[in-house]
Amino acid sequence: MASHEEPEDIQVEVEREETEREQPPAPVRPHPNTCPVCNSHYREDELRDLLRVCRVCGHHFPVGAEERIEQLADGGSFRPIAEGLRSADPLAFTDLRPYTERLSEAEVATGLGDAMIAGAATIEGMPCVLCSMDFAFMGGSMGSVVGEVFTRASDVAAERGIPLVSVAASGGARMQENVLALMQMAKTVCAVDLLRESGVPYVSVLAHPTTGGVIASFAALGDFVVAEPDALLSFAGPRVVQETTRETLPEDFGRAESSLEHGLIDAVIKRPELKDELGRILRLCAGGTLVPMELDSETAPPPGIMARVLRFLRSTPHGPSHTNGGPA
Amino acid sequence: MNSRLPTPFRGLRRRLAERAAESDIWDAVQLARDDGRPYTLDYVEHLVDEWVELHGDRQGTDDHAIVAGVGSFRGRTIAIVGHQKGRDLKERAFRNFGMAQPQGYAKARRIFALADRLGFPVVTMIDTPGAYPGVESEQAGQAAAIAQSMLEMVRLRVPSVACVIGEGGSGGALAIGVADRVLMLEHAIYSVISPEGCATILWRDVNQRRKAAAAFKPTARFSYELGVVDTVVPEPSGGAHKDHERAARLLGDAIAHALDSIEAEPIEQRRTLRRAKFRRMGVWLENGVVVGEKEPEPGALVAGD
Repeated sequence: MASHEEPEDIQVEVEREETEREQPPAPVRPHPNTCPVCNSHYREDELRDLLRVCRVCGHHFPVGAEERIEQLADGGSFRPIAEGLRSADPLAFTDLRPYTERLSEAEVATGLGDAMIAGAATIEGMPCVLCSMDFAFMGGSMGSVVGEVFTRASDVAAERGIPLVSVAASGGARMQENVLALMQMAKTVCAVDLLRESGVPYVSVLAHPTTGGVIASFAALGDFVVAEPDALLSFAGPRVVQETTRETLPEDFGRAESSLEHGLIDAVIKRPELKDELGRILRLCAGGTLVPMELDSETAPPPGIMARVLRFLRSTPHGPSHTNGGPA
Repeated sequence: MNSRLPTPFRGLRRRLAERAAESDIWDAVQLARDDGRPYTLDYVEHLVDEWVELHGDRQGTDDHAIVAGVGSFRGRTIAIVGHQKGRDLKERAFRNFGMAQPQGYAKARRIFALADRLGFPVVTMIDTPGAYPGVESEQAGQAAAIAQSMLEMVRLRVPSVACVIGEGGSGGALAIGVADRVLMLEHAIYSVISPEGCATILWRDVNQRRKAAAAFKPTARFSYELGVVDTVVPEPSGGAHKDHERAARLLGDAIAHALDSIEAEPIEQRRTLRRAKFRRMGVWLENGVVVGEKEPEPGALVAGD
């Protein structure tokens, strides 16, 4: 039996060597707390207090999914939905490294199960369901888990008649899940369709970067679409466009400001003003008269349900306290 | 048996098997892209009588990468929307290699709305490397155009059937693929990105496209096993390019069968059922248990004939 174990070991080592040789050298990156625009450097706690916006030049640093929720949700109001979901590896996908290895690395680096977390919360006292993406988890890519988390969050929003707010930061669909990842575009669009049928408002916030299959699905379909300054918002990335068309790209190609100019988004909002703006939108939505457009489905709520839900939620001391989307 | 072989041979055997699988999948990719394969208008010619082609998005553009129209198909009036590729240089350029711009998806949406108003079932034909990546396309809202096209399909009150007839590339393909039934030709491919794009991003080397294709398995068989397509439609032996007429007949049978089965479902639940279909897609782990893996129905792999 011992002779049986030995060759196994050798085989593994050979594979590892091949992998290392194929790996290109890691690019030298500036410290994550150093501003890439003006080189100002911040202590971690300092940058956190600044909402990760450079005090000198206004550059917006990336924000993790959990920290984003801390920034936007009222203290202690967040109740998670669809916890405990992890990516499987249905294709047994290996590129330079196995998908499972990339997943565990991302889990360790971010402390998250996948690239999106969601929960019920209040923003400036207004109840909503909040989804937040993390670019640090495999480029915020959307696979089966992101699609499912978004869908369950939308289901809760539609059921309770409270608005959905999503903050996207993603390179697009997750290649390691190939066609299943592609289908998450259709799945999340179906989730938005349910929100629309239920007459529930959907606010989509686009952070840097929101590209590919995420901007071409749920993120583009908000009733309100706002973006952070300088966020890259394009379907095809600048490199792909450059290589395909040989065109010289405008300097502001796909950036939030340019998207605003071309009528693709409603507003560019600086991060320190984002919570105020979301609060304003949610208050305005609550002040409208909800007229369901189509009552042909059993899922559409009767008129006025949102007002009733809001009254109910305000009457409970902790706002939305229980979610039925995920395990307790 | 395997473990009795000396290690070098075991490694070699494994590598040979891998290489064989790799070349199988790469052959499939090349076959799906073969310019002798029937394109959307070829299927229209064989499947539909009284064809009226419709043009333009009514906002200033007619995108030639997407063709659309209304025709009579085995006793039903249906609307057809599909990507269109070209065969010679001139036609290829005219069709922009089947890569649609936002105006093309606006055209598709217009036809979807028209079909919904007039009660024509919608049949789409998917055959594109992807949506066109250009500066102007981006500025005209390529991403939103794709998302809205999908949303329009979800909302349809009429039955819809999507057919992946060649290359189902990325969001540009799925934009017209959110239907009650999704059919896929035996030698078509469906993927989130082209093998070249995947190789460039994950291997950082476009020459690894064979490996990329083998890793992400874009073939009809795998798409069916993953629950993404409902039916794999057989092609004439050797592939659809060998016999357009027969390929069209086989696809026509599958479309007719799909329309019949959709029409048997209650119409007031159509939108809910369609959403539920896509709601189920995906495979993940929930508290350590795999969720979403499909149990293939025996015999459903091949339809028609």
